[in-house]
Amino acid sequence: MASVKLSGVRKAYGEMEILHGIDLDIKKGEFVVFVGPSGCGKSTLLRAIAGLEQVTGGTIEIDGIVSNDIPPSKRGIAMVFQSYALYPHMTVRDNMAFGLRMSRSPKEEIDRRIAKAADILQLTPYLHRLPKALSGGQRQRVAIGRAICRDPKVFLFDEPLSNLDAALRVATRIEIAKLNESMPDTTMIYVTHDQVEAMTLADRIVVLRGGNVEQVGTPMELYHKPANLFVAQFIGSPAMNIVPVEGSVANGVASVAPKGGRALSAKTESGMERLAGPLSLGVRPENIDLVDEAKALFSGTVTYAEQLGEVEILYVDIGAGEQPIVVKIPGYHAIERGRGVHLAPQKGAIHLFDAKGNAVEHQIL
Amino acid sequence: MTQQVITATITILIGVAGSILYFVGTNWLLDRIFPFRDGASPNAARNHRITTAVRPWLFLGPALLALGVYLIYPVFETLRLSLYNRDTTAFVGFDNYAWLVGDAGFRESILNNFMWLLVVPTAATFFGLMAAVLTDRIWWGNIAKSLVFMPMAISFVGASVIWKFVYDYRAAGSEQIGILNAFVVWLGFEPQAWIAVPVWNNFFLMVILIWIQTGFAMVILSAALRGIPEETMEAAVIDGANDFQIFFHIMVPQIWGTIAVVWTTITIVVLKVFDIVFAMTNGQWNSQVLGNLMYDWMFRGFDFGRGAAIAIVIMVLVTPIMISNIRRAKAETKGH
Repeated sequence: MASVKLSGVRKAYGEMEILHGIDLDIKKGEFVVFVGPSGCGKSTLLRAIAGLEQVTGGTIEIDGIVSNDIPPSKRGIAMVFQSYALYPHMTVRDNMAFGLRMSRSPKEEIDRRIAKAADILQLTPYLHRLPKALSGGQRQRVAIGRAICRDPKVFLFDEPLSNLDAALRVATRIEIAKLNESMPDTTMIYVTHDQVEAMTLADRIVVLRGGNVEQVGTPMELYHKPANLFVAQFIGSPAMNIVPVEGSVANGVASVAPKGGRALSAKTESGMERLAGPLSLGVRPENIDLVDEAKALFSGTVTYAEQLGEVEILYVDIGAGEQPIVVKIPGYHAIERGRGVHLAPQKGAIHLFDAKGNAVEHQIL
Repeated sequence: MTQQVITATITILIGVAGSILYFVGTNWLLDRIFPFRDGASPNAARNHRITTAVRPWLFLGPALLALGVYLIYPVFETLRLSLYNRDTTAFVGFDNYAWLVGDAGFRESILNNFMWLLVVPTAATFFGLMAAVLTDRIWWGNIAKSLVFMPMAISFVGASVIWKFVYDYRAAGSEQIGILNAFVVWLGFEPQAWIAVPVWNNFFLMVILIWIQTGFAMVILSAALRGIPEETMEAAVIDGANDFQIFFHIMVPQIWGTIAVVWTTITIVVLKVFDIVFAMTNGQWNSQVLGNLMYDWMFRGFDFGRGAAIAIVIMVLVTPIMISNIRRAKAETKGH
C-alpha cells in the first residue's frame, strides 16, 4: 500500500559513516531484498527505514510522506527481528495483541486480527502458550504474526531465517513467499546475507557494499548482467571465475587475451578505449564447456573434482599463477583428478570488466 | 603491634599450610588404601568407584564440620536455652515465649520490625531500580553508579555515625551542625531532635538502611536490565509503546524474578537489623527492634532464656523468606 523512497540517506556514528548516501525507489507492493556481506550497512538501512536509527542525512519517504521525524509506530511499518524479539513473559496471543493494545484498538478488532493472523500462520493451537514453550520455527511464525496484526503498509524483515536450521529455513522461506503473494499490496523489505533467499524471494535485489548501493535489479538482471566485479562474484554459487586479460584495440575491433592464451575479438558501443589495457574476464562455472584443444581459451589440469551426481565441479589449474578455474559440468562426464582439459566459455556468457571493475557492455565477435 | 602482626601472619601461614596438608594428605591416604592407578591391583575398578564416592566427603568434611559447629549446633543450643530460665539452671518450658507475648518492649519491636519490613525493602528496591534505569541513560552514569553503590562499602555502624551527624540536634538559637536541622532552620522552622521523635524516628533510621541497600539493589538490577534483549524493546517501540509502557510492560516483567530476589534479600537484612538501631538510639524513644531487644536481654540483662527466645522468633521469621529466595534463585538458574 505504500512506496518507500530513499534520497541520499546517510548514517554516521561519530566519525564513522556507515551509509554513504543511499538512493532507492521501492514501489508499492514490491518485495525488495537488501543483500551484502557483513558490515555493508544493510541492517542499518532497514533500521533507518523502521525509525529505530536516526539518519544523519537525506530523507526517507514512506507513502509519499517524509518520515525522518515520525516515530516508528506511526510509520505504518512492522518488523520481524532476527532474534524474533518476542516478549518472553507474554503468551502468543498477548505478543500479537500488544501493539494493538498500545494503540487502544477495540477488543473485537484485536480478537479478529489475531484470529486471522493465527489462521494464516497455523498458530491457533498455540495462542495461550509462552514463547519458551515453542520451537524455533513456531517462534518465528509468532514474530511474523505479530507483524501481520499491525496490518502494516511496509513489512520489514531483518535476517528472519538466520536462527533456523537448514530444513526449517527452506520451509519458512516458502511460507514468507506465500505470505507475500497473499498480501499483494504490502511492500516488503527483507535483509539477508544469503543469496539464495535473495534470489528466490525478491522482485528486486539491492546489493550493498561498504555503505553504497552496488546494483539494483531483478534477480535475473543481477545474474546475467552484473554491473561490476563485486556483484558478479557475490551472486551465484560457485562464484564467477575472474581471469585477468589484456585488451588492445586495432581497426575498431578489440582483441582480448589471457596471458599466453588465444585472443577473443570483441566490440563495444560504449567507447572502444574501454577495452584497451588490463581487463577482467568473467565467466560463470556453468557457462564453460569442455572443448577440443583447437577451440580452447584455457587449458589445464584438474586439481580437484567434486562429483555431486547430477553435476560435477572441476577445479582446473591453468598455470600462470592464476586462481584455478571452476567448471560446473553435467555429472556424466565423470572426469577425474589429474586429467588435462580444454575449456571454452560460452560466447554469450562472457563478462568483461574494465580496470575499475565496472562491467563493459560488449559483443564477442 | 609488631607482635600482633607476627602472630597474625603465623596464624595465616599455619591455617593455609594446614588446609593444603589436609587435602593433599587425605587424598594421598585414600589412594594408598584403595589403589587403582597402577592397574595391577585386582580390585582396581571397585577401588576407583569407592575413591570417587569418598573423595567429595573428605574434601567437604572440614567445611561441613565448621558449618555444623558454628551454625547447626548453635540453632539447637539456642532452642534449648530458650526453654530454660535466665541462667540455664531450671527448665521452664514455654514460659519465656509466654512472657514475650505479654511484654510491651517485644510488641513494640515486632511493630517496628514490621514497619521496617514494609518500608525498607520496597524503598531500596524501588530506588535501586530507578538508579539502574536512569544511570544507563546519562553519560556520567558510571560515576553516579559508583556514588550510589559506595554506601555498601560502609559498615552499618559507620553509616550510623555519618547519619548521626546528619540528624544532629543543637538547641534552638545555637549553630546547627546537623545538615537536616541546618536546612530546617534555614527554612525558618524550629530545629528538632529527629531521632528522639517517637514513630517518626523509626523512619529516620530506615533511611540509613535504604541509603545502604539501594546500591546493592541497583547493581543487581542493573545487571538484570542489561540482560533484557535489546530487540524486545525495539519491537515494543515499533508496537507504539512509550518509555513508561516499555518500562512497565516489557522491562519490569522480564526482570521480575530478579526484583523478587533483591526484595527478599533486603527483607532478610531488615529482619536482622541491629547495628543501626544500636548505634543511633539503642531502642529508646519507641525505636526498638528485635535484634536490639535480643542483645539487650542477652548481654545487658544476662537473661539467656529470654534472649534466646527472641533469637528463635527472628529465625522463624527469616526462614520462610530464605526458603522462597533459594527456591526462586534455583528456578532462575534452571530456566536458562
